[in-house]
Amino acid sequence: MSIQQVIAKRVQEYRDVSGGLLPLLHAIQGDIGYIPPASVAAIASGLNLSRAEVHGVISFYHDFRSAPAGRHVLQICRAEACQSMGSRELEAHARNTLGIDYGGTTADGAISLEPVYCLGNCACSPSVRIDDSIHARVDAAALDVLIASLTDAGESK
Amino acid sequence: MSLRIYLPGDTTAVALGADEVAAALLEQASKRSLSIELVRNGSRGMFYLEPLLEMEHQGQRIAFGPVSAGDIPGLLDALAGDAAQHALYLGATEDIPWLKGQQRLTFARAGLGDPLSLAHYRSLDGFAGLEKSLQLTPQAIVTEVTESGLRGRGGAAFPAGIKWQTVLDTPASQKFIVCNADEGDSGAFADRLLMEADPYQLIEGMILAGLAVGATRGYIYLRSEYPKALDTLNAAIAIAQEHAYLGDNICGSGKSFHLAVRVGAGAYICGEETALLDSLEGKRGMVRVKPPLPAIEGLFGQPTLVHNVLTLAAATTVLAKGAAFYQDFGVGRSRGTLTLQLAGNIRCGGLVELPYGTSLRQVIEEFGGGSYSGRPIRAIQAGGPLGAYLPHSMWDTPLDYEAFAAMGAMLGHGGMVVFDDTVDMSTQARFAMEFCAVESCGKCTPCRIGSTRGVEVIDRIIARQEPAANRELLLDLCDTLEQGSLCAMGGLTPMPVRSALHHFPEDFG
Repeated sequence: MSIQQVIAKRVQEYRDVSGGLLPLLHAIQGDIGYIPPASVAAIASGLNLSRAEVHGVISFYHDFRSAPAGRHVLQICRAEACQSMGSRELEAHARNTLGIDYGGTTADGAISLEPVYCLGNCACSPSVRIDDSIHARVDAAALDVLIASLTDAGESK
Repeated sequence: MSLRIYLPGDTTAVALGADEVAAALLEQASKRSLSIELVRNGSRGMFYLEPLLEMEHQGQRIAFGPVSAGDIPGLLDALAGDAAQHALYLGATEDIPWLKGQQRLTFARAGLGDPLSLAHYRSLDGFAGLEKSLQLTPQAIVTEVTESGLRGRGGAAFPAGIKWQTVLDTPASQKFIVCNADEGDSGAFADRLLMEADPYQLIEGMILAGLAVGATRGYIYLRSEYPKALDTLNAAIAIAQEHAYLGDNICGSGKSFHLAVRVGAGAYICGEETALLDSLEGKRGMVRVKPPLPAIEGLFGQPTLVHNVLTLAAATTVLAKGAAFYQDFGVGRSRGTLTLQLAGNIRCGGLVELPYGTSLRQVIEEFGGGSYSGRPIRAIQAGGPLGAYLPHSMWDTPLDYEAFAAMGAMLGHGGMVVFDDTVDMSTQARFAMEFCAVESCGKCTPCRIGSTRGVEVIDRIIARQEPAANRELLLDLCDTLEQGSLCAMGGLTPMPVRSALHHFPEDFG
């Protein structure tokens, strides 16, 4: 299916769901990894909204992205419980190791780095999330192991 | 006879390696031709002991923890001999002092069994509150909640009975129950633990709330940071539907309640109830002006009962055991039990459920076991990112909403984040403003712009540029945020800032 077909199918599925815009955007992002800016018009007309409203929602929420992410998304918790256990150093280590800042993706396309404010794992901080799995008590050495498992060499193992 | 072993499938347990432990266990068992039944239970909330492995042994459950995959061969050897000699042996789970010292009502079932087993839930008084509610008139259910003294557990502590009565008394063709499961506060994980360990309790609470106020539809607004809770809730809702606890004929009563989970998209502000309602409607999560109250004009303009996960869960206890039973716990106007979450730099972190009225010091000393780093504890941030930083001198205050408010702090959702003496409180104050700038919905100018100005002013104080004048400016800015913002985001951001400035002035040059 082309991107346009995926979007048309999802719009059809959610057009009659009350308050369906967020579930629709989650579904599209689940299918193709991001919300293509070119799809805003189709979403808007399908849900009887203005393009401004749809764009406003996409840009309001941290989760929605308008461009593809890397193959894996690494989120580092920046909130207080993790701060108390050294997450500021962990953030700096991640940026240095990957050579990117928050919002960036490594040159090989393997990892996108994002901040997150609390993963609900606050008794065993610092926490990071990689895609849908959460890791506890992550120090610099543990993060290096996790990052290595996400690069091409690690993935092919 | 097969050996029944429990190993939590909870987020924290898995984050600490529970899945690897489970795999090692199954592999070793098959190697040894040992017949085991592995139950992936919820967590008991003793996160410092996760992964906590339990097994049934001579009629009781004995525990080992924290277990890693490499411990499994030795553990199975020990089981064949004297288990008590194993280095990770903790004795009977029920007798572990950390657990035994609590009084669990809402979390009584957490970690006992498979979260999705309806039979297990029913065997532990599950659905007793719903069955009772099906016998009562809507007004009688609401009266029970009102008389219990139950207050909202999300942080604002508004009397639940008043909300329930308002929704009941507002006529409408469609009313809603909305569960606020957007647990965004750092240091808070009680909602997540409950949804992963005992999801039917939340579902039951929402059904009986629906019966009480005349709502036939409910939504759980769950944050996207909780993928495991999402899977558990969706599975539990499907099972509850199959067994007629949800749908158009609840337990054969002819009454309806339909429930669905909606996933947030990473906006802290959507934990504020009116922003949450806008988000549920498919919009940006913008805070609404009140009135109208959500109880009168809430979701899609209809009367809506919005409650935190723990409030709806506690309603099952109130109905099952009666208002008088629930009233008996607690102090002053804070009735029932408080779920404290010990987090951050703490040795024995996890969930502690106790009646209101205990002191923070008692909890930190009896349960916390000192800092994780081993250094002296310097500050505790109580009640999430909008809560105050408390120095030692304030830890003797009883855990009670009014007592905390009287000292310029709040209990909030019960998250307690511990910091050791390496913390720099000016950095923490700066972060409070930075967080507000990142997460503000943008509706109110003081919150949207004041937070960015706050970061700048704190930077100047840290850089020793006219510190006295800038301190005065910062306090003035805090007043503006507090008085000029619609919701708690802008209104309470001053709390961590002022408390850091007031109690830890030495960190501000």
